[in-house]
Amino acid sequence: MAPNALGAADFEVALKEGRSGIRFFEESQSLNFRCQIAARPLITDAYKARYFDDYYQNKLENKAIIYACLAGFEAWENAGLSYSNDQIDFDSGMVIGSGALGMDSTTADIWSKIISGNNKRLGSRAIPQCMSSGAAAYLNKILGLGNRVLSNSSACITGTESVLLGYEHLKLGKAKRMLCGSTEGDGIFIWGAFDAMRILTSDSNEDPTNGSRPMCNSRLGFIPGSGSGAMVLETLESAQSRGAKIYAEILGADVNSGGFRDGGSMTAPNSNAVIHCMKNSLHQAKVSSDEIDLISGHLTGTKGDSTEIKNWKKALGCTQDQFPLINTAKSMIGHCIAGAGSIELVATLIQMEKSFVHGNYNIKEVDPDITAEIPLDRIPMKTVDKEINTAIKANFAFGDLNCSIVLRKWQDG
Amino acid sequence: MDKNKIQEELKNIIAIYVPEKEILDNLTLEHDLINDLKINSAHIVDIVLDVEEKYDIMIEDDVIMQMGTIGQAIDVIHGKVQEK
Repeated sequence: MAPNALGAADFEVALKEGRSGIRFFEESQSLNFRCQIAARPLITDAYKARYFDDYYQNKLENKAIIYACLAGFEAWENAGLSYSNDQIDFDSGMVIGSGALGMDSTTADIWSKIISGNNKRLGSRAIPQCMSSGAAAYLNKILGLGNRVLSNSSACITGTESVLLGYEHLKLGKAKRMLCGSTEGDGIFIWGAFDAMRILTSDSNEDPTNGSRPMCNSRLGFIPGSGSGAMVLETLESAQSRGAKIYAEILGADVNSGGFRDGGSMTAPNSNAVIHCMKNSLHQAKVSSDEIDLISGHLTGTKGDSTEIKNWKKALGCTQDQFPLINTAKSMIGHCIAGAGSIELVATLIQMEKSFVHGNYNIKEVDPDITAEIPLDRIPMKTVDKEINTAIKANFAFGDLNCSIVLRKWQDG
Repeated sequence: MDKNKIQEELKNIIAIYVPEKEILDNLTLEHDLINDLKINSAHIVDIVLDVEEKYDIMIEDDVIMQMGTIGQAIDVIHGKVQEK
């Protein structure tokens, strides 16, 4: 569920053609936000009806939960799995994380009823739709998974971390499959609060699709996005025994914290910890840097992009010329916060399956601090055909958190 | 207000909260909202809110307890509408 596409098939097309999901919002203008543009999935009732019963269609309001349910049902279906109302599956679990789930704009009605002395009019859904585990809860009400059902929350690494947590759970032999993903809602509370930090692009209100410019010399900040990505992780034995389509294998994954030391802070990562995390995931994967075909970066469009490139280079231990291709979908979908990691992992899997590398759009001139580190042609500005066997993906988060995952395309036989 | 009309409207209100819709085809006054229609008990409060909005009435907490069956719910709504 991305701001520029509904569903995986549409996302493939959107990534290839560089479709932007970033739009102007009048409400942001009327509330005096500096950044009045944002990116969110344009979900219709007709689309929801593909997966939702009439209760979910009419009574689910929190967008973070709606996005997660749509992504989760699609992933489950795409994996060839089913569910029924009267069965529970103790071999399957889920990790569905979220960020500021209780800050989605649909919660406004809850707070105004309480403030005006009408809490009695809230009904039963206010807490389930504000609790951090709300997305997993509403997904599982339908799927009926009986293994571990976990909701992680680690800001912008939430999505990558959800996959790491599912992977580790499977490695421990505690489940056969885990639905993993993450979600972020949207609207004036989330956008307004990020806007207050002066970390969003403020020069593109009249040119929204040009607002998110990762790695560009003129970048000014990120564009707030929302949405959800999800995928099914499964033990090889279980996937093969039921003849499931296998997209990729997770070779290694690591999560760590910079501990708010050595330059790490609430908002900026400790580079030593970033490199440590990337290296650990590569070490665990037993993958050398020359095997990496694609880096799916964090690359938000803030000033940290150039530091990220330096960190990738150090972690891979490669020369300029050995540096692999690198991209991020953020020029099209903005920074989907807690949803970012899972949406971008889905993008990585699609590129692996379909053998292409999507472009980094909106770059007029690459930051010279970046071209001092890596050759310009490693930053494709439009979609190129390429076989991707091995990819590495990382995200970094508020709270000085890092997560890195190494994936390899699955080759049958 | 006609109780048959209330029954039809109440059926539409509760439908969304009833997991197995087939039972609504043969809805009777004796059907218990929780035990027979399998409505999650947490949703009783949602149904009350929907009813209050539909008929512009107030249903006090202790009266909610008297709305166990479809028939009882209709009686409560009918009484409140009459009082208006």
